Amino acid sequence: MSLLVFFLLSIVKIAVVLVIFLTAVAYTVLLERKVVGRIQNRWGPSRVGPFGLLQPLADGIKLFLKEDLLPTAVYRPLYIAAPIIALACSLLSISVVPFGADIRYKGVDLFQIADLNIGLLVILGVTSIGVYGIALSGWSSNNKYSLLGSLRASAQLISYELALGLSLVGVVMRAGSLRLRDIVNIQAPHGMLSWNVFGGLQFVAFFIYLMAAYAETNRAPFDLPEAESELTAGYHTEYSSMKFAMFFMAEYANMITVSCVATLLFFGGWTSPFGNLLPAVGGPVVQALLPVFWFVLKVFFFLFLYIWVRGTLPRFRYDQLMGFGWKFLLPVAIANIIFTSLWLAFRAG
Amino acid sequence: MHLVLFFIFGGLCVVGALNLLLQSHPINSALSLIVVMSSLAVLYLLLGAEFLAAAQVIVYSGAIMVLFTFVIMLLNAGREERTHGSRMAYIAGFPGAAVLLGLLSYIFLSNRGHLGNARLGSYLVTTGDLSRVLFRDLLLPFEVTSVLILIAILGAVALARKEH
Repeated sequence: MSLLVFFLLSIVKIAVVLVIFLTAVAYTVLLERKVVGRIQNRWGPSRVGPFGLLQPLADGIKLFLKEDLLPTAVYRPLYIAAPIIALACSLLSISVVPFGADIRYKGVDLFQIADLNIGLLVILGVTSIGVYGIALSGWSSNNKYSLLGSLRASAQLISYELALGLSLVGVVMRAGSLRLRDIVNIQAPHGMLSWNVFGGLQFVAFFIYLMAAYAETNRAPFDLPEAESELTAGYHTEYSSMKFAMFFMAEYANMITVSCVATLLFFGGWTSPFGNLLPAVGGPVVQALLPVFWFVLKVFFFLFLYIWVRGTLPRFRYDQLMGFGWKFLLPVAIANIIFTSLWLAFRAG
Repeated sequence: MHLVLFFIFGGLCVVGALNLLLQSHPINSALSLIVVMSSLAVLYLLLGAEFLAAAQVIVYSGAIMVLFTFVIMLLNAGREERTHGSRMAYIAGFPGAAVLLGLLSYIFLSNRGHLGNARLGSYLVTTGDLSRVLFRDLLLPFEVTSVLILIAILGAVALARKEH
């Protein structure tokens, strides 16, 4: 009987998280169009609803109603499977992210779908599977721009995954665990001062993570796979309608996941930046929802940073991109591991 | 519950392996191999080896198979040509495989008492346990292996280097 309750509650949790997540994806697109618009001295979408707030709905309807073209020369099974793989992988990794403190209702964790001992590794593993969506889309489209775009994307993802993984080792060493809740809990005691990025002395690791993650999500200034001036649209040139929308959603979902992971690993997750300085206000419901508020605020900050960077920096050249990843980020990440382990050993005795 | 998952993913593993052999296009075979690797990761997880499962997905299904598909995509390998199989396969291959299968099943079944058994989902090897074994009890073999890999990398770089 308890197994049934567990299944039902889990399905409800998955449905709720998925709805919120996809809404967040849609509104991240709107946020990007608004903020980039303001950076470029224009208004961005402003006609549909107040402040253009209903624009994502209009975009969704447009993408649904568009004709779904299937070019004749594509390799059909993989052409159809590729966007599904990309979207599924980007939605999967949110399942291990904890949004709030460990509050249980009938033994079920309210603010996390799955609390795994290897949560961090699961996110890395799902990311490494997500490459196939991009690689196969380019190959199966039978188009030279698509193929070049997907080759670039795969090479970039493999190269930067190393630096990304190594930048997280310092954080894992400090927490002594790969479980995301443990990693956040060790940053909890003194508010901002205990966060990994400040008190944990992981600021170098944080910047490596941030740069590698921007490259992993194919975002500016590392958006070479879809460089319009050379490759038209890169790996999704031949896609239309909902299949294109799936790639688009996957990209923004990945952005949100990366922001969530950055928040959890370096900025104290759902903990308050002021530690225990703020008096505890409100009843148990407010106390349960306040951490979620801090979490969302931090994730929003990272999403804004993403858009800000996109509106500011020009694109890298391909050889610069590879040189930067292999000759700069990777050695610095290794040096960070050595210094962190020395520091931890020194502190331990 | 564990048994159901075992049959689902064990079956997926076998189907993927058969599909790998039967498909004529190399990229389909590579994708079947990814399915096999990922199902194996789930089987590791069922046996309580969580770090191994994650490493299997990251290293094998992720990194290594991406290189496979990458090479297939770059070379744009075409369909493989169907032949009726070599005579050697019929004379030596199939009987040899059958003898090996019989021998292995005989050894495993006759020594059931000595081999010990593992129940699905009955224990858990955490990442901490694994690293304690790797970095304390088996430190020397571990480090020697890493030196071996380093030599392999250096060899690859030396071979690939252009002569000026």
